[in-house]
Amino acid sequence: MSRAPRSAGARRDWGSDDSQTPILHVDMDAFFASVELLSRPELRGRPVIVGGRRRGVVLAATYEARASGVHSAMPMTRARVLCPQAIVIAPDHNRYREMSRGVMRILGDITPVIEPLSIDEAFLDVSGARRRLGSPAVIAGRLRTRIAEELGLPASVGIASTKFVAKLASSHAKPDGMLLVPRDATVAFLHSLPVGALWGVGERTEATLARLAIRTVADLAHTPPDTLRAALGDSGGRRLLDLAWGRDPRAVEPVRREKSIGHEQTFAENLRDRADLAAVLLDQAHRCAARLRSGGLFAAGVAIKVRGADFTTLTRSRSLEAPTDVAHDLYQVARELLAGVAVPPGGVRLLGLRCESLSEAASTAVQVRLDDSGPERRDAELAMDQIRRRYGRSSLTAGSLLPVPTTENARGDLSC
Amino acid sequence: MKFRVERDVLADAVTWTARTLPSRPPSPVLAGVRLEADGTGLVLSTFDYEVSARSAVVADVEVPGAVLVSGRLLAEISKALPNKPVEVSVEGNRVSVVCGSSRFTLLTMPVEDYPSLPELPDVTGSIAGDSFAQAISQVTMAAGRDETLPLLTGVRVEIDGDALTMLATDRYRLAMRQITWSPAAPSVSRVALVRARTLSDVARNLSNAGSIDIALADGGDIIGFEAGGRRTTSLLVDGEYPPVRRLFPDETTTHTITSTHELVEAAKRVSLVAERNTPIRLSFSEGQVVLDAGQGDDAQATEVLESTLVGEEISTAFNPQYLLDGLSALNTDFVRLSFTHPSKPAVMTGQDDADGADHAEEFRYLLMPIRFGA
Repeated sequence: MSRAPRSAGARRDWGSDDSQTPILHVDMDAFFASVELLSRPELRGRPVIVGGRRRGVVLAATYEARASGVHSAMPMTRARVLCPQAIVIAPDHNRYREMSRGVMRILGDITPVIEPLSIDEAFLDVSGARRRLGSPAVIAGRLRTRIAEELGLPASVGIASTKFVAKLASSHAKPDGMLLVPRDATVAFLHSLPVGALWGVGERTEATLARLAIRTVADLAHTPPDTLRAALGDSGGRRLLDLAWGRDPRAVEPVRREKSIGHEQTFAENLRDRADLAAVLLDQAHRCAARLRSGGLFAAGVAIKVRGADFTTLTRSRSLEAPTDVAHDLYQVARELLAGVAVPPGGVRLLGLRCESLSEAASTAVQVRLDDSGPERRDAELAMDQIRRRYGRSSLTAGSLLPVPTTENARGDLSC
Repeated sequence: MKFRVERDVLADAVTWTARTLPSRPPSPVLAGVRLEADGTGLVLSTFDYEVSARSAVVADVEVPGAVLVSGRLLAEISKALPNKPVEVSVEGNRVSVVCGSSRFTLLTMPVEDYPSLPELPDVTGSIAGDSFAQAISQVTMAAGRDETLPLLTGVRVEIDGDALTMLATDRYRLAMRQITWSPAAPSVSRVALVRARTLSDVARNLSNAGSIDIALADGGDIIGFEAGGRRTTSLLVDGEYPPVRRLFPDETTTHTITSTHELVEAAKRVSLVAERNTPIRLSFSEGQVVLDAGQGDDAQATEVLESTLVGEEISTAFNPQYLLDGLSALNTDFVRLSFTHPSKPAVMTGQDDADGADHAEEFRYLLMPIRFGA
């Protein structure tokens, strides 16, 4: 959810020439909140906030809640004061990830040149799709229609000649709109904005600039470079000036590959029992493996992170014998790593498992062992993925992870 | 103690006997080599509770006796001496080594603290040194090198009458070699797990003396080898070796026959572009095999060879080193690769002619392919 300043009175039409604006910025509107509304349509039109119920911060808010001044990253206590009538919903990150994949899949149908920025926004360079699918504005319209029809979610799209301007355009298109900034209108568009709209201008820079009486992008653009350099440093000054004149040479970088996949958990009460810790690792191994499989990735290394009551944190890592996306293999190594760590005196506060050295599954060579048990385990886990996709995460789990009555042998073998 | 010995004889004997001495022994005496002179000559011995070595050489003994000196030092000294007779004598707690105009004095260690060497079991049979050495090299290359899996660093030796079979695997390939030997008793039967490096050492150091005696007691925990005055024993690897023989497929559906030499040369060339952990692909079709390696943006190589295909066309991929290890172990002009499925292990055997039978009963190499991702 973007907090970039936008000027309410800004023009909403900057022309229709989209011949030199191949960059699209697609940004989902109040993404988490919109996803929640799908399953609770009765809340439509009412202020809804997604975030931790007791503590924590606002993760997303509907536009009805925003009207009361609620915005993302605001402490929940403050949000409740501003908007006491808001309905607060606890986040369901798995569902958001799933919907995000749906969005990215639709974007992937347009062009492979996608740079996802976060779970709910991405840049696209549609230069190559022009002949096949039409002009950037046509493509943007189609995208919004497909996302609305197939996923039931609102998305805003900014269309411009550079990434930076496209992102600004999408924030001015919200909610549920699109804005084209033709290349020839770029400077005029930028110069209509407050200086805080520029990337890298936060509260402190804004205050510094305000002392120089620079309040708008237009002010900044017409400030002598030496004055800016003196106030913001060599590179900072030059960068802002470039942005103020619409100069942004960065290309859409489609390969923003995940470097690792991990899960960690802070416990309500510190854990001391190794069997409990192992059970947590097994659960995390299953979560990581499912994410590896859905991303078409293999991991060649596993790391665990153990934080004690006094916040002393240890990490231990090891290479796998062969790259894998199977929870069983990840867990075997994680359990060995755990065996090499002493349980801290006050117990374990946080435990995490991380898959490292990721590679594309399809192009990863795996030397199979003669005594390899075959694909059975992987097939079983793939079947688990399918069942969970259909019936939810809690529909199926490893037997050793089931809560069991505290009898003898209750924990059984964890070698699932 | 006092004796005279030829410099080459002493240097060879000390070098071999002291070869397994640890550089950081758990107790100082274990870094020593024991010298014992008596009416029959000079006997050198070492023992570290795992491996023992004993070498008997001809020497002109004046005063019999026994002494313990640093093995490493004596080995270095004897190799550096001029080629003249060497005179060794003990004076108090010192040993003097005199050769020509060179004179060395070494401190002795308490010989009574030195462990006594294990008894050699009764000789079970004997085998020609050169063919045993060759058989050893054919299986040890497949043995595991990972010391955390000690079982797989061993070679399973099975003796059944006049057949001696050796098996080794590192879980990715499996080599099996059968060789005829001369058992002391015709119906002898033994099974043992011998460290691959013990066998490699036998192949290197005992095989040029003609015939090697093998001593393996039924249910014992050591194996002994003796040839040309040298005798070594080694602790067996403890544990139950997995039933690997059954990994060989009962029958295969496709086989191919290719010139061993040509395949080795082509595989070496093509695998130049195969980076670590990447495979070399082999695609067999009527009359030919295409080798290729490298993919995507990486360097790529390809080569086509003549090859006979019997059965369905097949394409599979192997670790280049594992493939070359097997091919190099064959010692035959032609190689037969037998398949059931591209993702199942392939069997490599050797044969003398392009259209003859293979020598599967002699040597078989099972090779697990590399597969790609999901």
